[in-house]
Amino acid sequence: MSGKRTAGGVRIGIDRVACRGHGLCAGLLPEAVTLDDWGYPVLSRTHLPAELRRPARRAAAACPTLALRLSTSEVPE
Amino acid sequence: MTGVASPPELRRLLAAMPVPADLPLPPPAAVLAAVEEAGLVGRGGGGFPTARKLAAVAGGRRRSVLVANGAEGEPLSQKDALLLTVAPGLVLDGIALAAHAVGATVAYLCLHRGSPALPAVRAALAARSGGVEVRLRETPDRYVASEESALVRLLSGGRALPTSRPPLPAERGVRRAPTLVLNVETLAGIALAVRGGAEAYRTVGDPAEPGTLLVTVAGAVPAPGVVELPTGTPVGFALEAAGATRESVGAVLTGGYGGAWLGRDAAWWAPLTYAGLRSVGGVLGPGLLAVLPPGGSACGLAETARIARYLAGESAGQCGPCVFGLPAIAGALEAVVQAGPDAAEAAAAVRRWTASVAGRGACRHPDGAARLVDSALRAFVDDVAGHVHGRPCGSLLRVLPVPEPSTEDRS
Repeated sequence: MSGKRTAGGVRIGIDRVACRGHGLCAGLLPEAVTLDDWGYPVLSRTHLPAELRRPARRAAAACPTLALRLSTSEVPE
Repeated sequence: MTGVASPPELRRLLAAMPVPADLPLPPPAAVLAAVEEAGLVGRGGGGFPTARKLAAVAGGRRRSVLVANGAEGEPLSQKDALLLTVAPGLVLDGIALAAHAVGATVAYLCLHRGSPALPAVRAALAARSGGVEVRLRETPDRYVASEESALVRLLSGGRALPTSRPPLPAERGVRRAPTLVLNVETLAGIALAVRGGAEAYRTVGDPAEPGTLLVTVAGAVPAPGVVELPTGTPVGFALEAAGATRESVGAVLTGGYGGAWLGRDAAWWAPLTYAGLRSVGGVLGPGLLAVLPPGGSACGLAETARIARYLAGESAGQCGPCVFGLPAIAGALEAVVQAGPDAAEAAAAVRRWTASVAGRGACRHPDGAARLVDSALRAFVDDVAGHVHGRPCGSLLRVLPVPEPSTEDRS
């Protein structure tokens, strides 16, 4: 794992107070999000490579409470 | 509140030496250097190096705020109230020093509503005549209200409930000002390190986490109360100070209701430091040890189920994994204790859910509850086996008190 900054990588996080468990993120970004027994998101990974940037943005925009947060990331390779 | 007699020569925090009000303050850099050299580690439960917390707020251009946390959310903890009763001047001196070091012009001293320390604190505050403005605030008597971000939110005019991070209080805290939140025992430690010198401070305790430590000993011991000991002292010595013997101890709950159970043998020689307890699967937390008697007179799983139900009720109700996960965990653990036909399935569900909720709240409340329950499954593994084979525990002895749900507005 290198700390090298990879262009276009993205880090995802969830604002747990804002999240209401709508679950759209798991449908739009199954590569990184699954749902627990009550429908709340579990992140299987938080650093995403550039090729997942677009679905991550779509998932963030689709969240009714805007609880899925994106930030630029240093992607481990 | 019972004070356990610590040997007087070991007392630093509880020495009860009168501290004159409004002592002169050394330059901020000297305070920061003394805390750094003393190696002081926070006493609120997180175990973070205090010098780094100070540095995160010091030197900024904006005016900062200091929050002195004596709210003591853990139901069994008495050490902050005892310290504030015996040595309020020492805590106020620490507040003055820390505020000066980070450029805070106002400090909030937070105690929970009805704290037994309130009269002593009010008297000590009245004896001051200058220095940083210290505002005494009473916080709701609720588990999560003493959490750092909950205090910040309360002091900003909101409800005493944790908030999502980022931002950290050091970046944007009380009314958006950079905010330093320190436990009152930590602040007393700052006073000792600055006034007595870092070198003297380091002469007692574990080299990596120096000084003395206040420990609340509760549960099945002859003389429950608070004891001051050098960090690194074995857990068993703290229990002996409360009148326990090795034979009178069955298991030890370390770190409080958000902590972890240890069997007697795992706990006895574990050093009272954050690293020492962590290395054996325990938790130092805010310096809390609760004893369960040996030999079937109490059931560790039944105790844990009652605590888990209490913790579920104390959720701030903001984050789904905590709102739904904690009651589910408590319910499944109750089913294990009842040893019905579904006990094995319930035990599997407990394991799955405790692994699932950790790290998925705005604060660490679900993590603590999950850790407690998970540790009970390990420490009382024979009881789990008995219960899933249909043998309920015979004992109805209740050792650890759980507060009644409050009906007052707790915000």
